[in-house]
Amino acid sequence: MRGALLLLALVALAGCEREQRQFQIPATQTQFAKPLHAANERNAFALSQGKTLFQWFNCTGCHANGGGGIGPALMDDQWRYGNNAEQIYASIMEGRPNGMPAFRGRLNEDQAWQLVAYVRSMSGWARKDAAPGRNDSLYPGEPESMRDKRN
Amino acid sequence: MRTQDILASAGPQAQHIEALWWLMLVICAVVFIAVLTGVALALIRSPRGDPATPPDLSSLARPERSAAIVVVAAVAVCAALLIFLTIASFLTDRRLASLGPPALEVELTAHRWWWEVRYQDADPSRIFATANEMHIPVGKPVLVKLKADDVIHSFWVPNLAGKKDLIPGRDATLTLQADKPGNYRGQCAEFCGVQHAKMALLVIADPPEQYEAWAAAERKPALEPAGNEQERGRDIFVNGRCAMCHAIQGTSANAKKAPDLTHFASRETLAAGAVPNTIGHLAGWILDPHSIKPGVNMPANPLDPDDLHALLAYLGGLR
Repeated sequence: MRGALLLLALVALAGCEREQRQFQIPATQTQFAKPLHAANERNAFALSQGKTLFQWFNCTGCHANGGGGIGPALMDDQWRYGNNAEQIYASIMEGRPNGMPAFRGRLNEDQAWQLVAYVRSMSGWARKDAAPGRNDSLYPGEPESMRDKRN
Repeated sequence: MRTQDILASAGPQAQHIEALWWLMLVICAVVFIAVLTGVALALIRSPRGDPATPPDLSSLARPERSAAIVVVAAVAVCAALLIFLTIASFLTDRRLASLGPPALEVELTAHRWWWEVRYQDADPSRIFATANEMHIPVGKPVLVKLKADDVIHSFWVPNLAGKKDLIPGRDATLTLQADKPGNYRGQCAEFCGVQHAKMALLVIADPPEQYEAWAAAERKPALEPAGNEQERGRDIFVNGRCAMCHAIQGTSANAKKAPDLTHFASRETLAAGAVPNTIGHLAGWILDPHSIKPGVNMPANPLDPDDLHALLAYLGGLR
């Protein structure tokens, strides 16, 4: 009886960890962004906001759903400017030669970090249980949550 | 005028629903009281005994005819009442669908967590958009086309009509009419995310000539900025972050992911009814929207005080 109760308590305890949705991000966190980014890559809300913004701000216009078009593919293992978070952040905010526009002044820092986390999830760099599992549009490929890490 | 109240109907659609609601309430109340009275009578009249009394098995020897008659009669009355209510409900549905040809067509798109209101017209240059506020002319049927951008929402303005869901990828329609001028508050009636509760829609019924004047004003592009400060505000809006999601007709800001702000200052509320549209609330909303509506898609915008004042002056002038 006591063992069963203990087991029940343990099972109930497992339900206690609920993912936090951080809506108000202090400026200190967006400036020193390593911890923020690390948290985003584990957070389903941040990743899904990144995916929404990827569509809203027409990243798909050039990068398609990650497969590339006018712009390079984002779901493969080729990175012209590096795949770590700071490099992707710089690509978005400052732009890159041959067409990538700069979004500084157009995007908020925390939105940019959400986009960075989502872009990395496209090639399997975010945690699988947090990465988006579905698409709003027709998309034949495997969702971000099923992709293995590509270097 | 009680607002957001199904028992204060302000149009034919809501009247039909209210009539049916009263009919059902009265019949069900009468039946409920009759059942409770029967139970109470049975309890009062039942024979009393103590543990030593032998059980009363007399009904096995001679069947209770009078009890059988009561039960059969009650079942027949219940069946008749249920069939009557079914027919009444069916007739109400029919009447809801027969409001006559619409005088106006409005496309209402629900987003997380606001309402996009687009007034349709055969002439494309007369189409215009606003948000979270739907003006309609009194006494004329209005066809509302219901769409959703992201998840399932539900349209419900209790004073004017019943509920109808807005489902992504599907078009639903609803015809409504207001017979009295007034402001009728509506609310998303299908849980749609963290800010479902702060997703209000204000339906404002105006006399037809007043409605026409409002629509004519809405069709115009935004007012040009008056003075240097407003001009600076417009530049901040158009060249900065605001234009990524919002539109102001007559400027280069033309995004469709957030409310159209062309005549923003003429609206009564901010953030889909979350707070009144005053300069203080607007400043708070721009700087830290998540303190008003946590989780909203509007990001926090840490602006310099001078830039914020210029932006407030410009937005406040968009009548």
